[in-house]
Amino acid sequence: MSKIVAASAIRGAKILVKEAEDFLHKAIKEKGETQTVAFPETAFYLPLAYALLGLEVKTLKDMILVLSEAKSLLHNEPSESLWLPYLGDALDSGVAALFAEEMIVALRYLYNQEPQSDCIGFYTDTWMRNFGIQLVDGRMPGFAAILGAAPDNKTAVEIVREFQKRNIMSFVGSNTKGKSIIDQLLEENVEMGWETYIVPFGRDTITGIYPLNWAIRSALTFGGLKKGQARQCLEYCKNRVFAFGLTLGELDDIKYATGAGAINMGFPIIADTDIPEIRPTGICTYEHLIKELDYKKVVSTCLETRGVKVKMSEIPIPVSYSAAFEGERVRREQMYCQFGGKYSEAFEWVTSKKLDEVEDAKIEVIGPEVDDCKEGAAMPLGILVEVAGRKMQKDFEPILERQVHTFLNEAMGIFHMGQRNMCWMRISKDAKNKGFKIKHFGVILHARLHDTFGAIIDKVQVTIYTKKEDVEKVILEAKKAYQERDERMAGMTDESVDTFYSCTLCQSFAPNHLCIVKPERLGLCGAYTWLDAKASFELNPSGPNQPVKKGECLDPKRGEWQGINDFVYQKSNKTLERFHGYSIVTFPETSCGCFECIIAILPEANGFMVVNREYAGMTPCGMSFSTLAGSVGGGAQTPGFMGVGRLYLVSKKFISAEGGLKRVVWMPKELKETLGEKLKKRCEEEGDPDLINKIADETQATTSEELLAHLEKVGHPALSLEALL
Amino acid sequence: MAKAEERSYDPASQKMINKAQDENIDIVWDRYDAMQPQCGFGELGICCKICNMGPCRIDPFGEGPQTGICGASVDTIVARNFVRMIASGAAAHSDHGRDIAHALILAASGQAHDYHLKGTQKLKKTAQVYGIDIAGKDTQSIGQELGDKCLSEFGQQHGELKYTSLAPAKRQAIWRKFSMMPRGIDREIVEIMHRTHIGVDNDYKNVINHGLRAALGDGWGGSMIATELSDILFGAPEPIRATVNLGVLKENQVNIVVHGHEPTLSDVVADAAKDKELLDLAKKYGAEGINLVGMCCTANELLMRHGFPSAGNFLQQELAILTGSVELMMVDVQCIMPALSSVANCFHTKLVTTSPKCKFPGVEHIEFKEEKAFQIAKQIIRLGVENYKNRVKERVDIPPEIKGLVAGFTTENAFRILGGKYRFTLRPLNDAIISGRLRGAAGVVGCNNPNIKHDWAHVAMVKELLKNDVLVVQTGCSAIACAKEGLLTPESALEYAGEGLREICEAVGIPPVLHVGSCVDNSRILLILASVVAEGGLGEDISDLPAAGAAPEWMSEKAVSIGSYFVGSGVYTVFGTPLPVLGSKKVTDYLTGELENIVGGKFAFEQDPVKAARMMIAHIDKKRQALKLAPLMYARAPEAATKA
Repeated sequence: MSKIVAASAIRGAKILVKEAEDFLHKAIKEKGETQTVAFPETAFYLPLAYALLGLEVKTLKDMILVLSEAKSLLHNEPSESLWLPYLGDALDSGVAALFAEEMIVALRYLYNQEPQSDCIGFYTDTWMRNFGIQLVDGRMPGFAAILGAAPDNKTAVEIVREFQKRNIMSFVGSNTKGKSIIDQLLEENVEMGWETYIVPFGRDTITGIYPLNWAIRSALTFGGLKKGQARQCLEYCKNRVFAFGLTLGELDDIKYATGAGAINMGFPIIADTDIPEIRPTGICTYEHLIKELDYKKVVSTCLETRGVKVKMSEIPIPVSYSAAFEGERVRREQMYCQFGGKYSEAFEWVTSKKLDEVEDAKIEVIGPEVDDCKEGAAMPLGILVEVAGRKMQKDFEPILERQVHTFLNEAMGIFHMGQRNMCWMRISKDAKNKGFKIKHFGVILHARLHDTFGAIIDKVQVTIYTKKEDVEKVILEAKKAYQERDERMAGMTDESVDTFYSCTLCQSFAPNHLCIVKPERLGLCGAYTWLDAKASFELNPSGPNQPVKKGECLDPKRGEWQGINDFVYQKSNKTLERFHGYSIVTFPETSCGCFECIIAILPEANGFMVVNREYAGMTPCGMSFSTLAGSVGGGAQTPGFMGVGRLYLVSKKFISAEGGLKRVVWMPKELKETLGEKLKKRCEEEGDPDLINKIADETQATTSEELLAHLEKVGHPALSLEALL
Repeated sequence: MAKAEERSYDPASQKMINKAQDENIDIVWDRYDAMQPQCGFGELGICCKICNMGPCRIDPFGEGPQTGICGASVDTIVARNFVRMIASGAAAHSDHGRDIAHALILAASGQAHDYHLKGTQKLKKTAQVYGIDIAGKDTQSIGQELGDKCLSEFGQQHGELKYTSLAPAKRQAIWRKFSMMPRGIDREIVEIMHRTHIGVDNDYKNVINHGLRAALGDGWGGSMIATELSDILFGAPEPIRATVNLGVLKENQVNIVVHGHEPTLSDVVADAAKDKELLDLAKKYGAEGINLVGMCCTANELLMRHGFPSAGNFLQQELAILTGSVELMMVDVQCIMPALSSVANCFHTKLVTTSPKCKFPGVEHIEFKEEKAFQIAKQIIRLGVENYKNRVKERVDIPPEIKGLVAGFTTENAFRILGGKYRFTLRPLNDAIISGRLRGAAGVVGCNNPNIKHDWAHVAMVKELLKNDVLVVQTGCSAIACAKEGLLTPESALEYAGEGLREICEAVGIPPVLHVGSCVDNSRILLILASVVAEGGLGEDISDLPAAGAAPEWMSEKAVSIGSYFVGSGVYTVFGTPLPVLGSKKVTDYLTGELENIVGGKFAFEQDPVKAARMMIAHIDKKRQALKLAPLMYARAPEAATKA
């Protein structure tokens, strides 16, 4: 019965808190109270202590507060007879266990004992944000924390593959009697890492805190919650983060205590052993503790218990298909053949036709198939997708076409990069051996386009050209179409339209945030241009992208319109009253957490720096991307700080209220390079062709002092602009 | 003469009843027998002695007079008698509340040094209800301000009692619509007396509706102030273990029984009983220690907050003395049988009265004053200790019966018990009802009454409810009755609870019967109901909840007031023996029928406790159906339930 579980959790918490206490005392003795302590790349200190207690733990001394709270949550085990209520005590013990575990792993970092070999260790903020968008759009329906070891390697692999198939991230670790699922998967050569959705955290239960203090950060980043809003953070996890624990093998006190902590976050535990169940609901959405002894059913029991909704269309191809495979690479040595890139000519093009011109499900390969290709060789490839539908519009073509990347990538053993006539694809040996053919590209596109855009398209026909002469011929038509699209967008200005589009896609995570997508300012995630938002509205009129009439222009310089303000007030749940579309200093637009770049004020340089998500190093403002991100996300207006999409940097409306591009004093080298020609062109338009070189990067400055010296040296225009503050 | 087994269900009591018989000492059952047959006019509520033209009585057979001399109809007479019972009951509870508010002020202002405001969290919460700005104020000044505000509600003439704001919005709207919203605690009681004076209110519905208003002023006013301010003053209860029944009296110790209702004195007595000087004195007299035990609701107050043992409930007060082991019984107010002095006279037991409101001829009175609480408590205990030497060993018969129990449940700690510190919530409870693990909840409360076998009705009713997956909350003498049967232990869930209820008890670690305190603490049940509504998923009002109440062995006017405020709050409430209203068909129909259309709750009368339980179950099922809740998860074969 539950009493056994409660007793075990209460004991486990005591053991963990004692271990944390001893470890902390040892560390203080050896390194002193002022010794700093931190996890790598996070703005949230010890995330659970930050979220639940509002504490910014920076030193060993700060940890003492966490320890004393953990101790206050310890209770007596329920007595043999005439016991007192134990559910609340067990839940308290769970929280105590989490605090203790978080302290222990933080101390291990101090002693360089983490991450363990082959393990990720602490999950950085970057990874949390990277997966934010997938959480929002449902591509990743849930998370499994798998602890212990399966009875055999085969079962371990089967379980993670089942989750992978459903796009569910598996965090694997801990051990049962010394054997860890991590090693089981390693022995079976299962590729692990964020890209494959199988993330090893560590070989003991204590490191199970990593997925948990990763999850709690979503409440702070996407939920707009503040440190110390304990209950709200926990309930956010319960309502938004579809995680659960799966324990393989016998449970011990530590696992029960950790499980009790997870239950506080609304994450139920499913065990493969004959444990006492806790079925009544209330803390989690459904049951709290469930056993499932049949390995064939264990995955579906997990999903059912957590209420995870998985939408999976069966696609008749010989390899597995799921979003989990999207990030998978096919390396040269694994590759059977490839198309495009530097190796051959290739393109993908979606075009719309009249209904009677398209034959649904007709998939034709004109030219040689995979089998006709030598191993390791490159083939020309042209994918022509013709769609038709009563509601289909020409504007939708690029939206559909952009999905080709995702759709093809999600097949196991298939790699896709790029777009249009700059695409590059590979088929792995494994996929080829399983019977994957070029024709299957068409099968995938047909199925997924119907599945995703069923509301607007009725017919999909795919023609794949693999003969050089055909590809060379059709690519000309495709290029013409690409150019037409670019011209349409390029010619558009904010003034040329009377309607902008909202994007509230992320409100499921950041309830008060919204984007106002304009022709000259795309969504901060970089995924939605004005045209995309317009198309999206037409695809789904009640969806997250709604037309917003600009209304009276209140301030052309700063980009303020009455209609936008009214809409923002309503849709931000009455928390935001004004938006200045072109300013970062006055009423800047808000950020959910998915932004590609952050712009941050550097008062001493009279300008701004820009840092992109991929850049992990230090910046002249003294904060890394992940630290900065903490103060930008969550739907709050923070003058001087803003999250944006990359392409906004090369828009004429880029913080034009403050002087635009001339205010940019620093950005990482990689960002500068990717913006390349576009940035160069914009600098020319600004009348300072050399500006691109005056903007410093990390090779020139990573501190404020270095930056100022550089700016003086090159005569950066920001220094002579009107004072920002 | 009836056998002891027919008088009490409790074996310990049976032994003492036999002893009384053997020693020729008259106790309550003997006096009950002597009173038979009891006055039929009184039972029917058709005797009126409100003015000096009377007494008048209506002929229930329709042959004699059908109106009083003034012309009052039987409906008017019955309704007036009924609401005058409410007035008395509400006055008793509310006066208790007034005393607590007074004590709080004395403690907060430093005039009563022996008290400290222990429930600081609750103080802040309650201050919020009363609109007190607590920023920058210390505990003492908040306490004083709160005490003043509460006291002022007794004499308040206009507006609404602050605690009614904690009721669901829909409930408040009903009270306003039907002029049932209490304006001031005393005011509504006084108005009952006015309306029922000769020649005032002759519309029985109008009379009864005002009766409910006064009762609501008790439940959501006087009683609630008593409970909440006691929690502030003496500390909010937490789940705690204790023991119950006459077996808690100790052979080799000075036994002091604290009997009555108010915790002000008993809480200090609890401290004084640990005083070294007194303990040494006890040793000097050959006693091993001082054994402080409670009786009736004082027992419940001590048990809820300190885990002190309870010697028993209302019908055991004489029986405790009959054990020959009680050195001293100190009493304050309410439910103190006048017979105590004569029974005490048959033994060495010293009876001491402490309240200026409750004196006995020829009984030593040591008046309690908050300002000198500890000193007075010591003085009283000393009397008991000194009396130890007078104990006659040969006459000591302490029954061995003693049972463990878990008590100390409150509205506030339910949240922590269910969700811990970080997820404090009632969600698991609501979920349990919504999902059909629990059928619903029932409050089984009230007194003992020699007109029904002592404790039996409580125990039989509660067992029937448990079997049918109904979670039971209890207060007062009813809780003690079930505790003696072992129903207040977590283990009893395994033995008596239906499968769904058992799952919940096992998941949480609670007994299937939750003891929430003394009879003023019935106000806790109101707040639990309001909190369950607020938690969501079970309708918008208390009357929507799958819940019911009962007082199967009721006897006091306080029970009438309690029943009325539950009905007025929307709860279906079953009394064992009927209210004295059956003389008027219209009043009876109104109370047991039409009232439901107005306030959502109504009375029912059923002496058979199992049948009564089934009526409650039928009502709960009716509410489940209206809420379109899932069928019970572990449905039992339906037993013939009387239509509610």
